[in-house]
Amino acid sequence: MAGRGVTTQRSVEELETISHYLRRRMLQMAADKGEGYIAQGLGVADILSVAYFRELNITAANLETPDRDRFVLSTGHYSIALYAVMAELGVFSDDDIATYALNGSALPMSTFDETPGVEITSGSLGHGLGQGVGMALGLRLNNSSARVLVEFSDGEMQEGSTWEAAIAGASFGLDNLWAIADCNGIQADGPMVINIEPVLDKWKAFGWNSVEVNGNDISALIGAFDELRETKGPKCIVARTTPGFGVPTLMERERAHFVRIAEGEWNQLIDELEQSRG
Amino acid sequence: MANITGRSGSMGDVAEVEGEYEVAPFGNTLAALGKDHEEIVGVTADMGRYSDIGPFKEAFPHRYFNAGVAEQSAVMLGAGLAKVGKTAFVATYSAFLTRRALDFMAIACAHAKANVKVMGGAPGLVNSYGGTHQAIEDLAVTTRIPDLCVVDPCDATELSQVVVAAALTPGSFYIRNLRGKVPVVLDPNSYQFEIGRAKVLREGNDVGIISTGYMSARALQVAQRLEEEGTSVGVCHVSTLKPFDVTTVREFASQFKRVVTAENHLRSGGLGSLVIEALYGISAPQPSVVRVGLGDMYHDCGSQVYLDARYGLDVDGLARAVRGERWVDGTGQPG
Repeated sequence: MAGRGVTTQRSVEELETISHYLRRRMLQMAADKGEGYIAQGLGVADILSVAYFRELNITAANLETPDRDRFVLSTGHYSIALYAVMAELGVFSDDDIATYALNGSALPMSTFDETPGVEITSGSLGHGLGQGVGMALGLRLNNSSARVLVEFSDGEMQEGSTWEAAIAGASFGLDNLWAIADCNGIQADGPMVINIEPVLDKWKAFGWNSVEVNGNDISALIGAFDELRETKGPKCIVARTTPGFGVPTLMERERAHFVRIAEGEWNQLIDELEQSRG
Repeated sequence: MANITGRSGSMGDVAEVEGEYEVAPFGNTLAALGKDHEEIVGVTADMGRYSDIGPFKEAFPHRYFNAGVAEQSAVMLGAGLAKVGKTAFVATYSAFLTRRALDFMAIACAHAKANVKVMGGAPGLVNSYGGTHQAIEDLAVTTRIPDLCVVDPCDATELSQVVVAAALTPGSFYIRNLRGKVPVVLDPNSYQFEIGRAKVLREGNDVGIISTGYMSARALQVAQRLEEEGTSVGVCHVSTLKPFDVTTVREFASQFKRVVTAENHLRSGGLGSLVIEALYGISAPQPSVVRVGLGDMYHDCGSQVYLDARYGLDVDGLARAVRGERWVDGTGQPG
């Protein structure tokens, strides 16, 4: 069983609007804190928009129900993006997300699974896909139609545990397991420090139904989900994203892994985001 | 060289068993539990045959998952299964779990308070393959992880009880697993394992042994032998290393001028260290503590009988320490 199909029929334009709202929330969170993993968050916003607001059956009301779909964020430091989604879903208030990464906040810089909407504690990289395989196995055992969608990054493909999980997911023939590889080309030490290409060929070789798309193109992402939906076994969307997408100053920034911006400059970045929408 | 007897005890089988034993207490207990507990699942990393999970696999093949030679994957699978309501028993060798997959035990399991019960097979000198396979530091590293319950059972009786307790108690466990023909030392009609509770198995007046794992079986033998020599020896069995039963250990140790700790593990970082920490700060008089265990070195390959004798963990060795004779570990360090 390939699991549920599209959960909602939002248009490309509607999803682009949601992406914009997500980015605006992320910029506000980073401005409040003065720093954060904003480039990654802006880059992955379109993926999250399609995943949460078109594909997956995840709502504020069903975050604890057994048959909900699971979105597993393996990159714990992308928390800023996940909190923006939860705010958009109505799980968090504006006041909640204003505490992003502050001392003692329930919304830490790197995800803990106690936070509503956060499926796993991540931050130590390479933990997401293997747990996603376990979840998909358990849901299949329960005859649940729920799907598991694991996001991980290109940097995480340098972790051996990711490939152990890739082998397991294919070997167990998990129709209900999806992955999105956010390939934004950067890691903590700069541009990819060790080559992981060809990513698409690797996933195909590991037995996953795989396609590669522009991860900042909503239509292309929808097309990827639709193309893979009925395939047997696990599915991987290799999504090429641009760090800082939507904010030119950040897109051009060389050191985008962890961004610190002077207090007065955040308003400029928010203006850039608004202008980029036209 | 010590007198070598018996076969090598390969792949973690307890080499020589005298007297009563049970076959595969872990797997048989898990299979029996699995009938009423559909949430229980089994995971291994290409050690299904050698971790005694076989009876569970036979009974519930659809609830059994083999990750292949991939311990990180096995622990992640267990954690993921737990996330959707399962209670996962992950069984392979202790050395591979606690060295290679420790990050996943700490974060994916313990940090998440996940219902993952990690069964570390062939711990310490139970394994015949030398330093690569002998987890001699597993208790040291696992007892330092918050929210991880750590247990080193004595025998088949206790191992079965530990498996039941772990299955029915929420949270993450690391359990040392004895496989194959496992001796029955404790009477299942009178002994009852309780998480976090040390048990005084034998009262004594002269020397107290505080032991864990199969060394508690040795301790009972030593106590019997020394009684025939006119020395009264008490035995306190500490199967749960974490949470550690400070109260019982303090009360037991305070009765004696001399205490000997005994463990199939490094002398530093395991039971011996925990006992010294527990006794630190208690009102005088403090008992002297001799720690019988393994030295800071990689140990030989060979049968458990050979290794125990070689490194002073056999009955003769432990008896020497209890009598107050010179006892040294494999590096020559005195206890």
